[in-house]
Amino acid sequence: MSRARWIATGVLIAVFVLALFASALAPASYAKQFRNDTDHPPSSQFPLGTDELGRDRLSRLLYGMRISLLLAPAAALISTALAALVGGAGAYMGGKWDRATNVFIDLFLSLPWLFLLLTLRALLPLDIPAVTSVVVTFALLGILGWAASARIVAASVRSIRTSEFLLQARAAGCKPSRLLLRHVLPNVKPILLAQFWISVPLFILTEANLGMLGLGVTEPLPSWGNLLRELENYTALRHSPWLWVPLLSLVLVVSLFQFALGAEEPA
Amino acid sequence: MRMVRIIGRHLLIILITALVGGLLGATLVRLAPGFGIQESDLDAQLSAETREALHKEDAGERNVLSYYGNYLGNLIHGDLGYSRSMDRPVSELFRDRFPETAESVVIGVAGGWLFGLALAIPASWKRAPIYSTSATLVSGVFLCIPSAVLALTFLVIGSPGKLAIALVVFPKVFRFSRNLLVKTYTMPHVLTARARGLSSARIFGWHILPNIAAPMLALAGVTVSIAFAAAIPVEVVCDSPGLGQLAWKAALSRDLPLLVNLTLVIAIVTVAANSFSELLSPTATRDVL
Repeated sequence: MSRARWIATGVLIAVFVLALFASALAPASYAKQFRNDTDHPPSSQFPLGTDELGRDRLSRLLYGMRISLLLAPAAALISTALAALVGGAGAYMGGKWDRATNVFIDLFLSLPWLFLLLTLRALLPLDIPAVTSVVVTFALLGILGWAASARIVAASVRSIRTSEFLLQARAAGCKPSRLLLRHVLPNVKPILLAQFWISVPLFILTEANLGMLGLGVTEPLPSWGNLLRELENYTALRHSPWLWVPLLSLVLVVSLFQFALGAEEPA
Repeated sequence: MRMVRIIGRHLLIILITALVGGLLGATLVRLAPGFGIQESDLDAQLSAETREALHKEDAGERNVLSYYGNYLGNLIHGDLGYSRSMDRPVSELFRDRFPETAESVVIGVAGGWLFGLALAIPASWKRAPIYSTSATLVSGVFLCIPSAVLALTFLVIGSPGKLAIALVVFPKVFRFSRNLLVKTYTMPHVLTARARGLSSARIFGWHILPNIAAPMLALAGVTVSIAFAAAIPVEVVCDSPGLGQLAWKAALSRDLPLLVNLTLVIAIVTVAANSFSELLSPTATRDVL
């Protein structure tokens, strides 16, 4: 691993720790309103100022980061598990199962998943509680975001299925369960891990997009998506540059993921 | 004859994918929690009888298969149904809004490719570390910004929001084409051509282009679907009257006929773009010859 990737991973871990201890580090609760200090500019009491409801922006950012950084990996776990189940099982069984799985994956990939996500998220009841909206948003991300990973997993399992070592193991009388657990899974593990880590920043960005469209995590819970909605007040952006901080932190975290995954290295 | 068979196969794939995609869309919408809840349920001014009548009106949408069967029957006669939320026939809505989205997608794809290739070709040509790193950083930054924020930025600076789609497409084109070009430039026959003193333009035209054409055409199909997906947040943020904004409005108002039609159109556009690029790729041509 290069030095830049080590640094990126280190900073990313630091951001995770910061977000994890949001409740201890944040100056106030994300929902606490300072009604006498609405739209307050940055000060020693409110380092990033307060929003129009008088809530401390720094606290909301820390809590929002915690929600996005903890739940995006959870969604990535769901999507990777589904990718392994659908893509892996189909390719392992081979024949018509493999063909059927391929068609199913292609079908899912033919629809932009943001469209599906938008559709399903919008169909939720209008008065959904904030905590439920968080869980549902990230669960939908996980449930609908498996197809691209499944195609890669299927290709990998297909090549393992036809490999010589598996043929030898089969000829030696290995049971199918043992073949799967001892020979296939350990070889697919690096692919699954890579897909998991690639999905995390993707889900963070998708939640941010949904949040900006008003279909992500609902108030009063903060998330990167709904924190970015403040950018829509673009007349205020000129004299309140601190409103850009949620976006800058999002770009920083997603860039760190890119660096840590090695995507930033020139070929 | 073989070409006709290949085209026929692709058309069949487009048709099947669109039909199953439409059914999938309808099923997902039907199974989603909250289906059947109407805004009229929250309207205190409506009587219980009126609400019941409105629910009865939607009863046909409860069974997905019968709804989809009726829908396909009407589709054959050119009837796409009626949008309750927009109070207009769906075909009329599509006719009005499709050109706006098509224009956005064309501008987005063309701009993305232009910008991506303009950075990728010199990056693979010169191999200067400073240039390569800066180009990678620029593309990396755009990869990390949500498309809705990009659209908002264009709105703030008073530029057309459609250009935001180009910035969503560009990093993907840049990365893919740069990696491909770098790999192709190090191939033995290219190194030999260089050693023999062939001009850069000749090497590019005769030895690089034929090698990268097939994967680049495949990417072209993918970028159309990327641009189509990016059009949704961009059109919503910029208030552009296109299909992306229509999808958002249909989703918010739980308009099943509109959503099923949109799913069908989006599936057709995506699969057709992929099939078209596959058909144009030299591999397909070689199969025919």
